[in-house]
Amino acid sequence: MQSLSNRAKKLEKKPFTLAERAYLPAIFQGLTITMQHFFRAATKKQITIRYPEETRPFSPVFRGLHVLKRDEQGRERCTACGLCAVACPAEAITMVAGERKKGEQNLYREEKYAVSYEINMLRCIFCGLCEEACPKAAIYLQADKMAPPRYERDEFIYGKDRLVEPVSPDTRSKRGIQLTPEQADKLRTQLA
Amino acid sequence: MNLESIGWPEFSLGWQGLVVLVIFGVSLLIATYCTYAERVIAAFLQDRVGPDRAGPFGLAQPLADAVKLFTKEEFFPGGANKALFVFGPCLAMVTALMSSAVIPFGNSLHFGSTVIRLQSIDSNIGMLYVFGIVSLGVYGIMIGGWASNNKFSLLGAIRAASQNISYELAMGLALIAVLMMSGSLSLRDITMQQTSATGWHWGDIFAWNVFKQPLGFIIFIVCAFAETNRTPFDLPECETELVGGYHTEYSSMKMGLYLFAEYINVFVATAVMSVLYFGGFNYPFQYEFLDFLQTKAGLSADWAHNIFVLMGVVAMFMKIFTGIFFFMWIRWTLPRFRYDQLMRLGWTILIPLAIFNILLTGGLITAGIIPDLTAAAR
Repeated sequence: MQSLSNRAKKLEKKPFTLAERAYLPAIFQGLTITMQHFFRAATKKQITIRYPEETRPFSPVFRGLHVLKRDEQGRERCTACGLCAVACPAEAITMVAGERKKGEQNLYREEKYAVSYEINMLRCIFCGLCEEACPKAAIYLQADKMAPPRYERDEFIYGKDRLVEPVSPDTRSKRGIQLTPEQADKLRTQLA
Repeated sequence: MNLESIGWPEFSLGWQGLVVLVIFGVSLLIATYCTYAERVIAAFLQDRVGPDRAGPFGLAQPLADAVKLFTKEEFFPGGANKALFVFGPCLAMVTALMSSAVIPFGNSLHFGSTVIRLQSIDSNIGMLYVFGIVSLGVYGIMIGGWASNNKFSLLGAIRAASQNISYELAMGLALIAVLMMSGSLSLRDITMQQTSATGWHWGDIFAWNVFKQPLGFIIFIVCAFAETNRTPFDLPECETELVGGYHTEYSSMKMGLYLFAEYINVFVATAVMSVLYFGGFNYPFQYEFLDFLQTKAGLSADWAHNIFVLMGVVAMFMKIFTGIFFFMWIRWTLPRFRYDQLMRLGWTILIPLAIFNILLTGGLITAGIIPDLTAAAR
C-alpha cells in the first residue's frame, strides 16, 4: 500500500531467531533487571515516604491547615463577616456570627465575632481563596501543617478549638501578621 | 495391604505421628508467610516498600489478613451448587496438604534405639503418589469453578484443567529421565543417590541431578510453574480476561483457602524440585562435617549424627526457600502467556524435548557416561 505521507516507518518482519524462540535468554535478561531493582530497594534508601512518621519537606508557599489569627493583644481577629465562606469554592466554611458583650473586649477585636467557625477539611480544597478574601487578615493557610489522617469523618470538621491559634506569642503560627518583639514582650507580661 | 508393603516398616504412631504433625504445621506456616514474602518481594522488585505496618517489618501481616478473610462476608452466588461450592476450596486445600507426605525433609534422627524419620511416609512409590495427588488438585479448581454458576469461573476452571493435563505429560516425561537414572520412585532413595562419598569437597554438589539432567530440569521447572498456576502460566485466574478466573465468585476464607492452596502447592513443588534435582537434604562438605562432629567435637555418636541430619534439614529448607523466591521472582518479572502460546509451548516444544531428553539419558546410560544406579536400587 502506498504511504500517504511518506513518513511511515518501514518494518521488516524478521522471523524469530532460535534464541528468541527459546524464551530463556530473554527471561534471564528480565530476571537480572528485576534483581537489580530488588537489591536497589533492599540496600539503598527507598524513595517511599512513610507518611505519618516521615513527612515530605514543605515548600514555603505550601497551603496546609488553616489557622485563625489573633492580634497583638491576643484578641481574635475574625469578625464573622462571611467573606471567606462566600469565597470558598468548596463551601467548606460555615460560621455563626455573634455580638461581643461588655467585658469581652480582650477576647474579640471587633464588636462582631464568630461564635462558631467550622471548616470541613474533607470538603476544603486548600485553594487559599479564604485567605485572599479575608479583610481582617484573620485566616491563613499554614505552610508547615497538614490536616492529619483520621478514622472518622466528623473528626475532619475543625471548629474554633482547633483553628484559633494560641495566645502565647511563642506558640503562634508562623503565617500571617507576626508580632514585633516589643508587642510580643508586652503580651508576655500581660499573660504573666 | 500392610504398611510394610509400602515401605513403612517401623510404624510407630508416637514419634512418626509427631513428624507428620510438624510437617503439616510447617507447610501451613510456610504458606502463611509466603503471602507476606510475595508482597514484600513484589514490592522490592518494583522499588516499593511493601507491607510494613503490622508488627515489626510487617511480620504480623498474615495474621491481619487471616482475621480479615475470616470476618468477610460469606457469599454464595445465586444458582450455585452450594455443596460443591464449599467442597471445591476444601478439596484444593486437602490435596495441597496431602502431597507433602512423602517428601523427605531430612534423614533420620537417632535417639538410642528410636529412629525418627523426618518424612511422613517413606513410600517406594513416592513420586507416583505426588503426581497422583497433584493431578487430583485440579479437581478443587474445576469443581469450584463449575459450582460458581459463572461463565468466567467456568472458563478459568476449564483452562486450569486443560493446562494441568497438558503440562503433567511433559512433567512426567521429564521425570522419567530422572527415574531412569535412579531406578527408584522413592524420594528418599533419589535423595540418597545424590551424594558422592569420593571425598572431593564440592563433589556433593556435582552429584545433584540438576547437573546430570539440565534439560530435564528446565522442562520440569516450566511445568511446575504451569502445575501450580503461577505466572507466567496463571491463565486460570487471568484477571485481564476472566475477572478472577475460577475464584471470581469466592469471598471470605473460601477464597483464602484457594490462595493458600496455591502457596502450599508452590512449597511442595519447590520441595519436590529440590529433592529431585538439588540433592534434597544433602549439602556440600557434609561428610567432612560429620567426620568433624564424630572425631573432633567430642559428641556421642547419636548426637553427631543428629546434628549432621539437622544441618541437612536446614539445607533442604534453604533450597526450598530459594525455590519459592525464584517462583516469586519469576512472577514479578514475566508477563502472562497467551492461552494458545501456553498450549503450543506445552505440546509442541516441551513434550518433544522431554522425549528427546529420555532418549539422550538412555543413550548416555547405555554408553556408561551416566552411572546406572538401577541395579543398586533393585
